[in-house]
Formats: sequence, C-alpha cells, structure tokens
Amino acid sequence: MNVALKNIHKHFGKVHANKGINLTIPSGTIQGILGENGAGKSTLMKILSGFIQADSGSEIILDGKPVVIHSPADAIHHGVGMLHQDPLDFPPMRILDNFLIGRSSGGLFPNRKEVAQDFNRLAQEFDFSFDPDNYVDTLTVGERQQLEIIRLLWLGARILILDEPTTGISASQKIKLFATLKTLAEKGMTIIFVSHKLEDVESLCNQVAVLRAGELVGEMKPPLDTSTLVEMMFGKVVTLGERQPAKTGDTMLDLQNVSLEDARMKIKNINLNVHAGEVIGLAGMEGSGQGMFIRACAGLTRPVGGRVQLKGHDLTGKSYHVYKNAGVNFLPAARLEEGLVPGLSLTDHFVLAEQPRGIFIDRTAGEKLAEDRIKSFNIRGTPLTMVEALSGGNQQRAELALLQSPLSLVLLEHPTRGLDIESVIYIWGKLKERCRQGASIIFISSDLEEILQYSDRVLVFFSGKVSQPIDAANTSVEQLGQLIGGKGWPENGGGSHA
Amino acid sequence: MLKGRLGGFIFQFLAFVLALGFVSVILISAGASPMEAYKNMLTGSVGSMRKFAEVLVSFVPLLLVTAGLLITFSAGLWNIGVEGQIVLGAIISVWVFRLFVDSTLPPALIITLAILGGMIGGALWASLAGALKTFGGVNEIFGGLGLNFVSTALTLYLIFGPWKREGVASMSGTAPFPDHFSLPQVPELRISLWALGIALVGIVIVYFILQGTYFGLKLKAVGKNFRAAYLLGIPTWRYSMYSFLICGALAGVAGAVQVAGVYHRLIPSISSGYGYLGLMVAMLINYQAIWAIPVALFFAALNIGSIQLPIVMKLDSSLAGVLQGVLVLFVLLMEGIRQKFLKKA
Repeated sequence: MNVALKNIHKHFGKVHANKGINLTIPSGTIQGILGENGAGKSTLMKILSGFIQADSGSEIILDGKPVVIHSPADAIHHGVGMLHQDPLDFPPMRILDNFLIGRSSGGLFPNRKEVAQDFNRLAQEFDFSFDPDNYVDTLTVGERQQLEIIRLLWLGARILILDEPTTGISASQKIKLFATLKTLAEKGMTIIFVSHKLEDVESLCNQVAVLRAGELVGEMKPPLDTSTLVEMMFGKVVTLGERQPAKTGDTMLDLQNVSLEDARMKIKNINLNVHAGEVIGLAGMEGSGQGMFIRACAGLTRPVGGRVQLKGHDLTGKSYHVYKNAGVNFLPAARLEEGLVPGLSLTDHFVLAEQPRGIFIDRTAGEKLAEDRIKSFNIRGTPLTMVEALSGGNQQRAELALLQSPLSLVLLEHPTRGLDIESVIYIWGKLKERCRQGASIIFISSDLEEILQYSDRVLVFFSGKVSQPIDAANTSVEQLGQLIGGKGWPENGGGSHA
Repeated sequence: MLKGRLGGFIFQFLAFVLALGFVSVILISAGASPMEAYKNMLTGSVGSMRKFAEVLVSFVPLLLVTAGLLITFSAGLWNIGVEGQIVLGAIISVWVFRLFVDSTLPPALIITLAILGGMIGGALWASLAGALKTFGGVNEIFGGLGLNFVSTALTLYLIFGPWKREGVASMSGTAPFPDHFSLPQVPELRISLWALGIALVGIVIVYFILQGTYFGLKLKAVGKNFRAAYLLGIPTWRYSMYSFLICGALAGVAGAVQVAGVYHRLIPSISSGYGYLGLMVAMLINYQAIWAIPVALFFAALNIGSIQLPIVMKLDSSLAGVLQGVLVLFVLLMEGIRQKFLKKA
C-alpha cells in the first residue's frame, strides 16, 4: 500500500511536536525513521496508527485516497497495524485468545477451530513455532512480537509500523524478524521501521527519513552514510561557551564490578571511580541502561553483584534512605510523577525536604525558607503556589531547590529537558557551584552538546553495554552519536574500567 | 466563574438541587409526595429536642469514623475495613466491662478503660489491614473487606458462644450491663454529652494533625504521591501504618461509645453501617476536615428523620440512604464536570 503523509502538524499545548512533515512511502518499501528522543517519531507514528489525531490541515493518503483515522481500530480497518515497543498484549491469556481478540467481526462466539487453522497457517508461513493453547506470559519479548505480527496480518494490515522492535530480543530472533520483514515487503507490504539503531536501519531499510525537533530534516536511500545520518539526527554543534575543566579531589563514588539487571537487560561489571567535584555525563538512547545505572547509584536499584562505596563507606545493598542520609540526592526526570507532590505547595516541599523534626509546622520559618529559595533559584511562583501550577522550567528549578546541603553526590535525570537556553545556563551555574563545594554530579541527558559542555567524563550506554569513560574534552558529538547508535563498539564490549 | 471557591460552591449547590430532584422523581413514580416526605424528614429530625438528641446519638459515631477516615484518605488509602474496626472497638470494650462487672473500682474508671480498650482494639484490627497492605501487598480494600466479614462472624460467635446470655442466646445480643456502666446521659434524653465531647475532640485533633503538623504534611505527601514522598526521604510504609492505626483507634472509640453510651451490650450489627456512611461523608466533603461536622450532622439527621417515614407515609426508611448515596454521586459527578470544563478553558 502506498502511504503519503502531507503537511502533518501536531501541537501538544505549546509544544509543536510535528512541524509540517511530508513523507511518501511506496508500496513494498521498508522505510526507516531515525531520530533522537523527542524528535517527533512516536508522534508521527501515533498519528498514522490512530492513537492521536493530527491538527487540521494535515493529510494522510493511502493508495491515493485521503483518509481520516480516528482510532487504532479504525487504523487496522484501513490496513495500518502498529507493533509497539512494549507489546500491547494480554499476558495472562492464551495465545489463541490474544490472537483473535482484536477482530471486530468475530461474532459473539468466535469459531475457535477456524481461527486456530488460520493461526497455524500464518505461523508456519513465517516459520514461527507457537502452541496456541499456551499462555502469553510464557513467551519471550521476541515471540510476543512474532505473535503480534501475525495477528496484525490476520486482521488485514498492509502497512506495518514497528517501534524500536529490536530492543529486548535475541540476535537470532532479530535475524528472523528481519527475514520476515523482507519477505513481507517483497509481497507488497509497506514496512515502517522506527529505530535509533543505525546498524539495524542500515542493514534493513531501503529508504530512510530523519526527524529532528519535529521536522523532517533529511531523507536518504542506500548506500547509507553513517556520519551524514548522525549529523542529521543530532544537528550541528553549537557551543555553549568555554568548557570549565573540573578541579577534582578525592574519590567520592567507587563502583567495583557492579552488575545490574532488570526484566529487559543486564549490565555487567561496571567499574567507575568518580572524584569529588567531577561531573559524569551519561549518554545513550532512552532505555539503554543509563536509567538503571543512575538509580543504582541512588540506592533505588540493588546491584546483583559488585560493591558500591561512597567516600570509602560501603553502601552496597543499603536502602535509598541510607544513601540519602549519606549525602546522595536523586532528581528524577518525571517531575510530577516522581520528583514533586502535586497538590502540595512550594512551601510544603521545601519544609519536607529539610527533614523537619518536631511536631508543629513553623509556618513563618517555612514561608521565609520558601521565599529565599524562590528568589535564589529564580522560580516564577509564590510560596503558596501548588507545584502542578508551575511551568516545566519552574518545576525543574523547584526540584533543584530541594537539594539538601551539604551534598556528596547529585544524581540528575535530564536536568534541563524542555528548558530554554537561559534556564539551562542558570541551572548548570547552580550545579557547578555544588561541584566547587566538593559534590560530584552524575547526569543523564539526551542532549549531546549539554553532555560535552558540562561533563568531565562521559559514559555511553547502548543496549545494556557501557563504554569506557570518555574524556569529554577529547571527543565529539559525531563520535558519541555513533556510539549511541551502536557503532564503533569493541566486539566483546561489556564492562568499563576507569 | 468555574474557578476558585465560589465556582466550586455553585457546582456543589447544583449537585444538591439535582440530587433532591432525582430523589423527588423516584418518590413521584412511587406515588408519594416529595414535599411531604422531605417535610416529614425535617420534623422527624429537628422537630423536637428529643428527636434532635437522637440525631446527635447517630452523629457521634459518624463523626468519629469520618475523622479517622480523613487520616487514611490523606495517606491515599481506602480504609473500607473501618466497619470491622468499629466492631472490634465494641467487642474489646464489652470484654473490658465483663472483666470488671463485679469489681468495686469506680465506674468512671471502668468506662474510661473500656473506651481505651475499644481504641486499642480498633487500632489493632486496622493494623492487620495495614500489615496486609504494606508487607503482603494485599490491597487495603480487599483486606479490609475480608476483615469486616471476620469481625461480623466474631461478634456472632461471641453472642451465641462464650458470651451468651443466661438461658437462650438470641440475636438481641449479650446480657445488658448494669446502669452504672453507662456514659452519663442528659436527663430524659438518650444523648451523652461525654460521647458528644469525645467525638468533637476527635475531629479537632484530626483537623490539627492535618493542618498544622509535620506528621500531617508527610501523610499528605505520601497520599498525593507515594513515589515522590519516598524520594523526598519520607519512610512511606511507616506513615501508611500510622494512618491505619489512627483511623482504627478513632473507629474503635466509635464502637466503644456505641457500647457504653447506646446499647450497653454487644449486638450483632453494632457498627450499624457507620463505617460505610463515614466513607460517603469523607468523599462528600472532599476530605476537608473543616466540613466534617456540618455534613456528618446532616447525614445523621437524614438517618433519624427517615425513621418515621414507614409509619406516616408507608415509605421505607431506606429513603435516607438513597438520598445520601445520590447526593454523593451527584457531587462527584458535578466535580468531574467542573474539572472537565476547567481543562478546556
């Protein structure tokens, strides 16, 4: 099926997530969509698959006919099927029940026998092996993907959108997936492959589009040139002023052979030595392991192996509150979900962050404290303003104002995401002040310029692998971009040493 | 107009009018006159000093339970188990009275001990639901509901088993205690000013906990965002447990007051549904302690006012429950509509 997207715009409040995107995908194409986090890839795909509607004036044309897609069910009706990064299936149900659940014309009592025949035929065709009576929660992520693909085909999909499909599946499953996608494309299916893995895109796609900040910044056909793609994804380097190398002191945080594990990935044998006053930047696509790493440094995730020492004290396996009392503060990216308490005022937050003793709240002292902090952190609000009424930038400054004093280690997730340049410079001014007082900082950012500008050393994460610490003064956006996209890693890359 | 206090008030008033209108339609379709029914409810509740005293008798446990629930709601917990906590308060106070039935200690001391006992009983029963939640991962709604059934069964076992009255055990409860075990009552009326005082002290304490203490602030932080509260350094599970203990203690006092001030024995349904009614009051006042007194009084008045409906108008007295339920639903509905408009604006 031929797909044409014309002048797609999408606003979320003030945010302009898609800025007039035009893209034509002929039948039988495997179209790659590249872009960093927040580039607008997901928005565009959600519009095509009916999860959200584009602003008026945008057009979706399928096989020459303009269509309006109201919902995901509507999308599949038009032949558009989307495979989500986390499979949207029903783990406690049987495979066959999952398979037939999306069909609207199945009637009150589905003919299970007939459906089972269809299911087995499709599974055989693509060489997938399933027992239809088994439960979905016994399957691996890769198998659930396979199930979802044949389900969408059975429902009549002629356009298949895959969102980061190679995350969390094994190498052999990836080979099978790519073979399946190529077969489907040969039969005239249109495949849209959303990814940040350059290698996957290069080996699979016969047409690539790159999005950046909501705009389609370039298209390319094979032969694909990695460095051009990286430049399109991350843009030209704009300097934020002179770098200030840290005057580093004694060891603050010492990680020895730390191994981490969650349902999606394992990170093995991280060795890192962070000095007082040093800033470590963590780069990588979202979900590459850096989130788990920073939470382990905060004591929120327990390592499955190795030792964590802060200023020579062993904190391995201790709880978050022990870390906090030892001078570790963690500011999460999800401000209103994890960082702040909606429904409480700025004063309430500052009072709570001071770990108050006693019974009765000292209102005057609390409001005085709040006024001081609001002033010194330049927050647009009053002591009685509820945090949810603040703008994103002000919420971010409020979170920073919650940091205790003195501190040993500050852990930040996307400290300046969505902020204007003045706020970024202001916030980093405050953070560098902490460094001069002897604290170390570890932060995650998807903005490579920010990482290069403010860190002393950089760790790059890719699919649970961690790079050696890279000296920020001797690297470039280009080099980091390649590492983030999975290029230039040593073959047996795993642990890092510093 | 939608924003702020005035907007909220207008919508709540609208909800009240709609609820009355809705119940009126039900009454008309049942062939009864709504105006007459409302008039009867009014005279039945505040028509005489005697009747108003009855309203206060019903108001005392309702206010205590509401006060307790304000604490658990602040901590973000749905303490459905409050019914069982009332029952355990009653059971323990009866147990204390039985212990001292032949003692020569001053009755005032025994009554005090019985009420304290009820408080502890309610708190311990609540701590079961709390422990199931914090250590066992059992949702407090399910845990509480299960414990409610257990508490009912326990009451019946005691009435028909170890504590059965002489002769034949019956659904009318255990044998009544001597008169000196009763909270002193106003002459000619059934209300005890002591009971009323206890209830008012309860809500005042809760008001100050929530408004003016670090404890209350932390509780609210836990309730509004468990994750962020934890990251801010609050020992969240401990605060969940504290809130269960406080709510259970207040519910236990309510149960003990039902024994010492109203029934003077253990009866099968000693909680009389005040736990569930308290949940409705707490929702209706949007968890604002300051509104607990008027709204609990209003609900108690509806309860008492509907008692004479079967006699006067041949209507079932459950009309009060219908009106209370409909009122809560409409207030929540109107609030939802207001929020929707606010979002659009």
